[in-house]
Amino acid sequence: MSQTRVTDPEITPAVWREMGLSDSEYEQVKGILGRNPTYTELGMYAVMWSEHCGYKYSRPVLRLFKRYREQLDSGALENAGVVDIGDGYGIAMKIESHNHPSAVEPFQGAATGVGGILRDIFTMGARPIASLNSLRFGDLDDPHVRFLFEHVVAGIGFYGNCVGVPTVGGEVCFDKSYAGNPLVNAMSAGLVKLDSIASASAHGPGNSVMIVGSRTGRDGIHGATFASVELGPDSESKRPNVQMGDPFTEKLLIEATLEALQTGLIAGIQDMGAAGITCSTCETAAKAGTGMEIDVALVPQRESGMTPYEIMLSESQERMLAIVQKGREDEVASVFKKWGLNAVVIGHVTDDGLVRVRHHGEVVAEVPAKSLADECPTYQLEADEPAYIAAVRSRDAGDVPAGDCSQALLNLLARPTVASKRWVWEQYDHMVQTCTAIFPGSDAGVLRIRGIGKGIALTTDCNARQVYLDPYLGAKMAVYEGARNLACSGARAVAVTDCLNFGNPEKPEAFWQFKEAVRGIADACEELGTPVISGNVSFYNETPESAIHPTPVIGMLGVLDDVETRVSYCFKGEGDAVILLHAGWPQDASGGLAASELQAMASGELYGRLPDLREDKQRALHAVLLELSESGAMRSAHDVAEGGLAVCLAESAIAGGVGADVSLDAPVEPAAALFGEPAGFVIATASADAAAAIIETARARGIEAARVGVTGGSRLCISVNGERLVDVDLAAAAGAYQNSIGSIMDRS
Amino acid sequence: MKFGVIQFPGSNCDQDAYFAALNVLEQPTEYIWHESTDLAGFDCVIVPGGFSYGDYLRCGAVAALSPVMGAVKKHAAAGGLVMGVCNGFQILCESGLLPGALLRNEGLRFVCKHIFMRIENAGTRFTSAGAKGQVLRVPIAHGEGNYYCDDATLKELNGNGQVILRYCSPAGAIDRACNPNGALDGIAGIVNREGNVAGMMPHPERACEPVLGSTDGLVILRSLLAGQGLSKGSVCLRPE
Repeated sequence: MSQTRVTDPEITPAVWREMGLSDSEYEQVKGILGRNPTYTELGMYAVMWSEHCGYKYSRPVLRLFKRYREQLDSGALENAGVVDIGDGYGIAMKIESHNHPSAVEPFQGAATGVGGILRDIFTMGARPIASLNSLRFGDLDDPHVRFLFEHVVAGIGFYGNCVGVPTVGGEVCFDKSYAGNPLVNAMSAGLVKLDSIASASAHGPGNSVMIVGSRTGRDGIHGATFASVELGPDSESKRPNVQMGDPFTEKLLIEATLEALQTGLIAGIQDMGAAGITCSTCETAAKAGTGMEIDVALVPQRESGMTPYEIMLSESQERMLAIVQKGREDEVASVFKKWGLNAVVIGHVTDDGLVRVRHHGEVVAEVPAKSLADECPTYQLEADEPAYIAAVRSRDAGDVPAGDCSQALLNLLARPTVASKRWVWEQYDHMVQTCTAIFPGSDAGVLRIRGIGKGIALTTDCNARQVYLDPYLGAKMAVYEGARNLACSGARAVAVTDCLNFGNPEKPEAFWQFKEAVRGIADACEELGTPVISGNVSFYNETPESAIHPTPVIGMLGVLDDVETRVSYCFKGEGDAVILLHAGWPQDASGGLAASELQAMASGELYGRLPDLREDKQRALHAVLLELSESGAMRSAHDVAEGGLAVCLAESAIAGGVGADVSLDAPVEPAAALFGEPAGFVIATASADAAAAIIETARARGIEAARVGVTGGSRLCISVNGERLVDVDLAAAAGAYQNSIGSIMDRS
Repeated sequence: MKFGVIQFPGSNCDQDAYFAALNVLEQPTEYIWHESTDLAGFDCVIVPGGFSYGDYLRCGAVAALSPVMGAVKKHAAAGGLVMGVCNGFQILCESGLLPGALLRNEGLRFVCKHIFMRIENAGTRFTSAGAKGQVLRVPIAHGEGNYYCDDATLKELNGNGQVILRYCSPAGAIDRACNPNGALDGIAGIVNREGNVAGMMPHPERACEPVLGSTDGLVILRSLLAGQGLSKGSVCLRPE
């Protein structure tokens, strides 16, 4: 089998380099095969050994995640992780990036990002019950950024609304570092009975290999390779690398797959995402320690004349690979046919450990499955602390002029990163499946789990400005923020999925940011007892002009034993006590302003040191919030994040349609008290009668707690250390907050 | 009272409607496959929301031609109840069971949110558990919910009391600012002349339990039960 197909291009160094393989990697391929690879084989190695599929740069660092390390070592890595929530049910969840496709084709890029993550969920036998997304764009004053934002949101809606999975939460931030390279991270969660989790293994030599769902076309060839290089002036030409989404077919595929799995005739199943048939065949075979033989001529094709290379590398959407008990293929096919989908046998499982690809019988590729799936060369890259770190940390963040605090608050509320994202989430169906118990806008989305009385809460979090100043601490803070958002909603944090968006890892400064952030997430997850159960790495988020802020997005899952104890962020009426619960003011009188929205607004720069996290106090705060939600004592709870305490109070007041009069005693500068963003501050409300008991409960656990005001009226007034600094009309605040993004987007 | 919920390829509110009929209304409920041609035994057929056939063509246009819609027409002609919600409303208009059409939202974007709607006629099989002028807070979720019909049809709808639901302010005022999609005359839901086939863009099945944030949709769902046991034609429109 040394002959090269006559129609294939000749293999030269230029060919493998264009595919993304280094010269030494090409030599390794030759070593594995003991001969020169065919063109098809070369393509298969190039895509499976890309950073996107093979994690060649990130894997050594990701071993810091305990669960990942254990799964890698035991060979039990699945498409998405599953968390046991009791009563025989589990939640599968995962987050994944679709940054580069969205940069060049925002609508389809974002849409197929949603489709891809949903397939990761239902391929495990889980019904997708919720989607979230974490989005980053440049400055909305830029018309091209508005174009990207408009079409990314429309693409997410187009796909998610049609497949009937509610989009229950997420985040959208704007910062010039994302101008040329937006981030589109899609997360999904699914519900599965623990005794019916599907496996992505090709068990049972002799079993049939079926391809189900859409036909295969030329779209998305080398998409994974495209994701593994920086964006540049020629990125527009990569548009053909972007796949096209068909949410209708995906909806049919969800229903058909879940129904087919119930037949018990499917030994293994794997979705096709990056690297299409190549990835799904070699991964399922490698996992089961088997081999696989397929004939690509049997694959239903969308266009004629496709070469084996194209069929093996196509990233056409809405397809799955199913391993079906020999002799029972018709029964499985009939389920897919009922839903109007293809289900075709293209080969069978073997016991020789090879993926053998034929084309009309002729062998065009024959490679060890494990060499593609598990033996991607890994590299220990150099990591250097970037020069900016010392410079920005040496500056004092206390010099931010807040000016008139009422005006500063109104200005902050209108900043797109802070402003209401209603313009976004009203374009998403967030209620379909009738389980959404807390809608977008609150600290976390909450869903009831039918039949067992429980609820789950989901959030995505990352303050990339904080990560920029201090990748270790900033990433850690992102995990704690996720857990705090869940606790504010009444949920106990149980697991994390992460989407690690960074620049070019081959640059030591970017790799240092990555390593530091991963270390921070790993430590935080150990401390909180919330394992990282799945995730995704997205490198090369750079353009010639700039790299993005390091953005490790944390998706987090929480459980409510009783969904009725959920708490939302809005004030619930007049006369309630406003209570500030917190893990301690920053020691440095101005520390909370480093990397704050106020600092960014006032100076356009980020500098200073992040305050200490005080991890033990943070965990105590989470415990207090859980205890208070379970006892029903709190009427609302809202985490202090971008924009600080003043924005937090304004958001709860605007959402509840009722004002508040608040007086803070703070050992920091007034501007820092109002607009600083230290971790571990929460504004809660309760009936006047319940307030004393809440404060007592918190203090008993070592948490600072004070009654700082009362809800009521149509103004938001905040005094700091006896001086009234904020006095705004709630309607004016609501106007600034709610209309900001919509009015910017209505500009032509 | 036996409910049937039609499943087209691409329906995605079928399970929600099924759950509401079975667990909230506590009525025997079954799914009806889109290829089915026999609706014997069903008292009320729900045409649910979603994206039938992907709605890649005009919304509801393909579903209107599916085998089950022939059976739905027979069911309606025999006096059986039919309620279309969202995509279901679009399908009923496309199949000619209801007049008019649903155009692209005026704002050109998909909209999912709670809206307020006023019961315009409480004398129908779909509204009798409520009162005329009662304001309900119920979600919408659609990209094409902008109801349109010609002047003659509008006159007829208004004259016969066939407009059953209209978008309104929280206080019940008909106000352009409270119309979420530009629908003609603020029309959110209509019923046919015979009073047994209704379509509406808002989703009552999404507002029928406290955990969902509103129970106002129960007014619509319970109305379906209110006429139980009455023979064909004994509940008719009462234009007011």
